[in-house]
Order: sequence, then structure tokens, then C-alpha cells
Amino acid sequence: MTKKIRVTNLYKSFGELEVLRDVSLDVAEGEVVCVIGPSGGGKSTFLRCINRLETVSGGEVQVDDDIITDPKTDINKVRERIGMVFQSFNLFPHLTAKKNIMLAPVDRKKMTKAEAEEKAISLLTRVGLSDKADNYPHQLSGGQKQRVAIARALAMQPEIMLFDEPTSALDPEMVGEVLQVMHELAKEGMTMVVVTHEMGFARDVGDRVILMADGQLVEEGKPKDFFANPKELRTQEFLSTVL
Amino acid sequence: MNFDFARVFQELTPLLWDGFQTTVYVSIISIVLGMMVGLLSCYFRTCRFRILRFLAASYVWVIRGTPMIVQAFFFFFGLNQVTQAMLGFQLLSRDMAGILTVTLNAGAYFTEIFRGGIAAVDKGQTEAARSLSLPQSRTMLRVVLPQALRISLPSMVNQWIISIKDTAILSAIAVGELMNRTQVYAFGTFVFFESFIFVAVWYLVLLSALMILSNRLEARMNYDKKN
Repeated sequence: MTKKIRVTNLYKSFGELEVLRDVSLDVAEGEVVCVIGPSGGGKSTFLRCINRLETVSGGEVQVDDDIITDPKTDINKVRERIGMVFQSFNLFPHLTAKKNIMLAPVDRKKMTKAEAEEKAISLLTRVGLSDKADNYPHQLSGGQKQRVAIARALAMQPEIMLFDEPTSALDPEMVGEVLQVMHELAKEGMTMVVVTHEMGFARDVGDRVILMADGQLVEEGKPKDFFANPKELRTQEFLSTVL
Repeated sequence: MNFDFARVFQELTPLLWDGFQTTVYVSIISIVLGMMVGLLSCYFRTCRFRILRFLAASYVWVIRGTPMIVQAFFFFFGLNQVTQAMLGFQLLSRDMAGILTVTLNAGAYFTEIFRGGIAAVDKGQTEAARSLSLPQSRTMLRVVLPQALRISLPSMVNQWIISIKDTAILSAIAVGELMNRTQVYAFGTFVFFESFIFVAVWYLVLLSALMILSNRLEARMNYDKKN
């Protein structure tokens, strides 16, 4: 299978604090990789290095043929192919749901206004929110906001989606609707890296599960083996606290 | 002592109307230019070139650290003296010197107002826009600034009001605005009490109109509560 993302010997420090230590990971096209682990273990930072929301301290990140970590790479061009969904949604509060989705495709001249509007409506329909097109973010529930955020990320027709704890800020009854949208995306063959605390999702949807702790990639494996027979002590400890 | 409001009203009103027009035009030009200067200087303050950051910081420092009347005198009398001596003409008319003074003052305060507004926009907004492949400049224009301006609006309105009232100081360099016209009349006729009540009413009406307008503007920009 083709490699979509290749992370090699990644290091990241914030001042004195070393957040990532020698992390390497390949993600194949169409693969769904779920990253789990304790808070402060470096999961989010790792994810944010993939689209250069964080600059790395050492190592290399490659997406297709582009070296993300090379300062000469036109990062905006690469980011057109990488969608991202945040824990706190980060919808633009001054724009309606529809306009949130239309902003990037129109501004980046990927689509005309009319095309983008059509796309926005079809994406909203896809996430079950066609009736909320003209609503402002504050008029939506948490689960609805996150579904709009997913639609917004999809508007650029990305080949990769990064999810940074997409359900952690949601009320429990809204987690399901967001996970379902993600599940459908996975079924359609989207390459996904998902940082999550939803063990059920990791087990059912993930092609591979990774445990990150203390800035290192502790263990990886197929979900079945990973949850049934974790090899590392650190993994066993973590799983015993969350399962 | 006899008060004669009727006579003063009759004599002073045409003068006040004339002064009012000057106050309004000086205020509008100064506020509009001041906001542009503020935006530019705010951009300088946060840009990556040290020299521009230094320039903007110095500008704000000097303006905030000196009385406006000193600046007005410096521009009108000081600067003009130099251009007269060196170039043979006075660079600034009274109105121009006045507009320059109020503009630079407003600009310095708008710099800080905008900076505060931009800083108050959640960092996640920038990250979301950047992750959607928008470049830094487009992120600022399409996502951060609209929210920053909304956040800054109450402080901006406050500065509009202050700048309008600041134009009264320009009476000191004889810009023919409301205060100047009143002073000329009052000191010529020795009718102080009535004169300054009348001019106060004109200011009150002008500023009240602005306050009503800005309340409407705030309501309109309030996307968080709009249904």
C-alpha cells in the first residue's frame, strides 16, 4: 500500500520540556490510525506536527512527496490535502454554518461561490445538518458544531483527516452522532489519524491502534490484539485504567 | 445679574452652527484616518520586522506621553516656523494641524485597542483557518480581524467619543470649531454662563446621536446573540 504519511524520528520540545522523543510512524493510504494514551503524553502535539501547526525540533514528517518539516515546502498547498478537526470545534463564530464551510474553498480559489455553496449544502446533508445551513455556531449544540467542523474540513476535499480528540468536549449523548460521521468517513476510505479517548471507536473503526505516553510511541498493533493482549506494561496499565 | 438666554441664543446659534460643521468634519476625518493609522501601527507592532515594531511602539509612547495641546502647538506653531524659515511657506493650515493632532492621538489609542482585540480572539480560530490552508494574511483578514473588531467595538466607540471631545482642544490653535466659536463670542461679549451652557448642549446632542448610532451598530454586529 502507498504511504500517505511518513513520520521519522520526530522530536519536539517546548523550551526545556521534551514533548516528543524519537517518534516514527507510517500511515498507509486509506488507513485509520487511532492514537490513545494518557493526557500530556504528546498525542495532540504529534498530530499537530503532521500539518505543521507545530514546528518540529528534529526529525522529518512527509506527506505524499512533500516534506512538511522542510521550511521551503509551501505548507498551505499541502494543507489543502489535510483536513483537521479540533477538540474545541473552532468554528468561526461570525459566520453561519454554510459560510464556515465555504470560506476556505472560495478563498483558496478552489471553487466559485456557487460551487462552494452547493458543496456546503451537500456536506451538511451528509452530516445530517442540511436544515442548519444558515445558523450561527452559537445556535448549534456541541455535537452539531463538531459535525459542521468536520464538513468544513471536508470542503477542501482532503485526502487525509486529522482528528484531535473530536468528542472530548461533547456531552455524552452527543458523542455518538460525531463518531458515526467519522465511521462513515473511514468506510469511504479516508486516511485518518484520530487522537481519541473513545476506546470503542478505536477498537471498531481503527485499522491500527497506537499508545503514546511520555512523548514516545509505546506500542502499536491491530485493535484486536492491542486490546486483548497488550505487550507493554505501560499499555496494560493505561488500558486497565480506561477499560 | 440678568440672564438673557434669548439674545444669546439668537446671536450665538449661527456661530455654533458654523463651529459645529468644523467640529464634525475635523472629527470624521481624524477618526477615519486615526483608525487606519491604528490598524497599520497595530500591524507594525506585531510584525516580524524589529524596526517597524520599534517605530510603532515609539509612536504610541510619544503620543501617550505628551499632552495633546503640546502636540497641537508643536505641529501648528513649531513645524510651521521651521518650514517657513527653510522653505518659505507654512506647511499646515490650522485645520490641517488640528486634524493631524487628533488623528495621531486617535491612532495611538486605536493601536492599543486593536491589539487588545486581536489578542482576545481565540488561538484556535487561527489554527482552524491555517489548517484549512489559508495563509497568515488571509487568516487575519477573514477570520481574526472581523472578530477582533467586534470585540473592540465598545472601546472603539469610546475612542470616537474621546476624539470628538478632543477637537475642543484645537480651539487653542484657533481652529474654528464649536469651542473656539463660543470662546470668541463669550470673551467679546462677556456673556460666559449662557454661552458655555449652549455649547455644552451642542456637544451633548452630537455625542448622544453617536451613542445611539453605536448602540445600533453593536446590536447588529452581535452575531453571538442574533437569531
